[in-house]
Amino acid sequence: MNMTPFRRHRGIAAPLVRINIDTDAIIPSREMKRVSKEGLGEGLFANWRYSDVATREENPDFVLNRGPFREASILLGGVNFGCGSSREHAVWALAVLGIRAVVAPSFGSIFYGNCVRNGILPVRLDEGAIAAMASRLEATPGGELTIDLPGQVLIADDGSEYAFDIDATDKEMLLEGLDQIALTLRHDDAIHAFMARDREARPWIYSLPSPRTPGS
Amino acid sequence: MAQTLAEKIWADHAVTELDGGATLLYIDRVFLHERTGSIALKGLEAAGRSVREPGQVFCTMDHIVDTFPGRGDETRMPGGRAFITTTREAARAAGIHLFDIGDPDQGIVHVVSPEQGIALPGTTLVCPDSHTGTVGALGALAWGIGSTEAEHAMATKTLAVNRPRQMRVSFEGTLPFGVTAKDMILALIGRHTAAGGVGYVVEFAGAAVRALEMEARFTLCNMAVEFGAFSGLVAPDEKTFAYVEGRPFAPKGALWAEALEHWQGLHSDEGARFDREIHIDAASIVPQVTWGTSPQHEIPVDGDIPDPSAEADGNRRKAMERALEYMGLSPGRPLAGTPIDAAFIGSCTNSRLSDLRAAAAVLRGRRVAEGVRAICVPGSSRVKAAAEAEGLDRVFTEAGFEWRESGCSMCFFAGGESFGRGERVITSTNRNFENRQGPGTRSHLASPATVAASALAGRIADVRDYAREGT
Repeated sequence: MNMTPFRRHRGIAAPLVRINIDTDAIIPSREMKRVSKEGLGEGLFANWRYSDVATREENPDFVLNRGPFREASILLGGVNFGCGSSREHAVWALAVLGIRAVVAPSFGSIFYGNCVRNGILPVRLDEGAIAAMASRLEATPGGELTIDLPGQVLIADDGSEYAFDIDATDKEMLLEGLDQIALTLRHDDAIHAFMARDREARPWIYSLPSPRTPGS
Repeated sequence: MAQTLAEKIWADHAVTELDGGATLLYIDRVFLHERTGSIALKGLEAAGRSVREPGQVFCTMDHIVDTFPGRGDETRMPGGRAFITTTREAARAAGIHLFDIGDPDQGIVHVVSPEQGIALPGTTLVCPDSHTGTVGALGALAWGIGSTEAEHAMATKTLAVNRPRQMRVSFEGTLPFGVTAKDMILALIGRHTAAGGVGYVVEFAGAAVRALEMEARFTLCNMAVEFGAFSGLVAPDEKTFAYVEGRPFAPKGALWAEALEHWQGLHSDEGARFDREIHIDAASIVPQVTWGTSPQHEIPVDGDIPDPSAEADGNRRKAMERALEYMGLSPGRPLAGTPIDAAFIGSCTNSRLSDLRAAAAVLRGRRVAEGVRAICVPGSSRVKAAAEAEGLDRVFTEAGFEWRESGCSMCFFAGGESFGRGERVITSTNRNFENRQGPGTRSHLASPATVAASALAGRIADVRDYAREGT
């Protein structure tokens, strides 16, 4: 499945600068109700966003419930954003709410990979730069950031520019919005050649009992 | 050139170097479970793709299934049954191996995978589950991925991976009495934070690691992800080979001999370069318990709850304040002695036979404190059977513990069960996040023996006051 390409994005940024925001906080287990990538928006940050999760009564203090931040498409986070569980639901839920980029000093590595594969740009930026932007955004909600992926630069609400790093493979995937399986299958000859060599080198890897599935 | 263990496994699996700088790595084994694996299998099906080598893909039921005796497909989790039936149908259609409910080999994915000989030294193994690094303890390169990557691994037998940096954590010396692998990994995370390993693959080494039995090494590697690491691993040795030999999916006969010869070379070379080295004196570690809402919020069980005002870093200070409020604790007070409502022994971290034996050694002939709900959930159906064969189930039940079927259970919301609001739980699991074990539930991570001792005391307790020397 192809995803929305990410090239240049301008949007409202919401500060949620807490360290170690885990994927249980982004989407709690009990909000993952169906075998589906859809319908996860309501569960996003459920324990923080609602003062009563059962009735969905909003917590007025939570950043995404406050004025212009409701329209945020960029999140500013703290160290180790998206740590914890591998659940890709965290990224699918962010995408439903229209989040296109998350800016943090560091990320949980599985979450980072999940973002890249779903058209959300994870931007690694210095903690000080994030703190400065966050305090301005708190003071004047509605401030917009611009993120230019080809140029690898983030332009803050006050015009200051911050360069950021991203691995070239991840950048290409985001820019093109490409399905990675299709990209990889361009190397199918190399994969088959590897397997042929590997069967000789490590035959024990390929000698397994037949699969057992109930009813088959 | 001298190579690290992780670099050797990487090189053995490099199909090609991609233009962007990532390596296309060959994946030997894929493991799935019914929560995220179901979505991956359905996604593949919807895209009209198939599993390239179904014989090398495995699936278990652990994340949704309930753990009550006599269970079936029904669970207390709303909508849970659909995860189970969808997984079963998709596994059947794909022709992969399923450890289904009722199968004597069913269990928690990271317990089953080594127990069955599916994860082997020198292999690459992925699973859409963050604790996949557990099986790195065999000298495998194993890591957690998302569902989309799981589709990729199944359809192509490969993943495009950016090369992690190399870290070695050496635990030198000997662990004191009452101190376990759980305490080692908590101490590491406490000293170097939950983000200390971000971007690294971590090799655990040193005399104290070599002295650990295999099951304890799984515990150590299990929580490498709580340190932020890509994965953790331990060089295989005679203990590893003895553990693997004879397991159902492990190589046999001539293939065993050939594999063993290959595995003898799986260690970091003399002079191999690590980007970062950490040394920890094992003798300096005591039983650890977490006080807050991140695994880095941990202290020695005989220590005082830290004061955020002493923390120089503003963001860390705010996280500590928030955690203390959530946990209902005050700084400067001893953590030991805090009353608990529940005790939980289970999860991919600490639910293997040796964990149950360690807890049972503390519990034998004693009773859980009045008013404490205590639950034990074996890591696999095989672990459960083995424990019952030596009478451990009776030790647990006579002490007042519930004795369950295998699954992830109350590590999170598996089976639709959780602890209550404001309840304080001492738990052998891996995550003390806000709301992880229930809405408003306060979790304290510790070793199974510390959980057992605390269950008896009705409050957070120092296992060294309860454990018997020589057991």
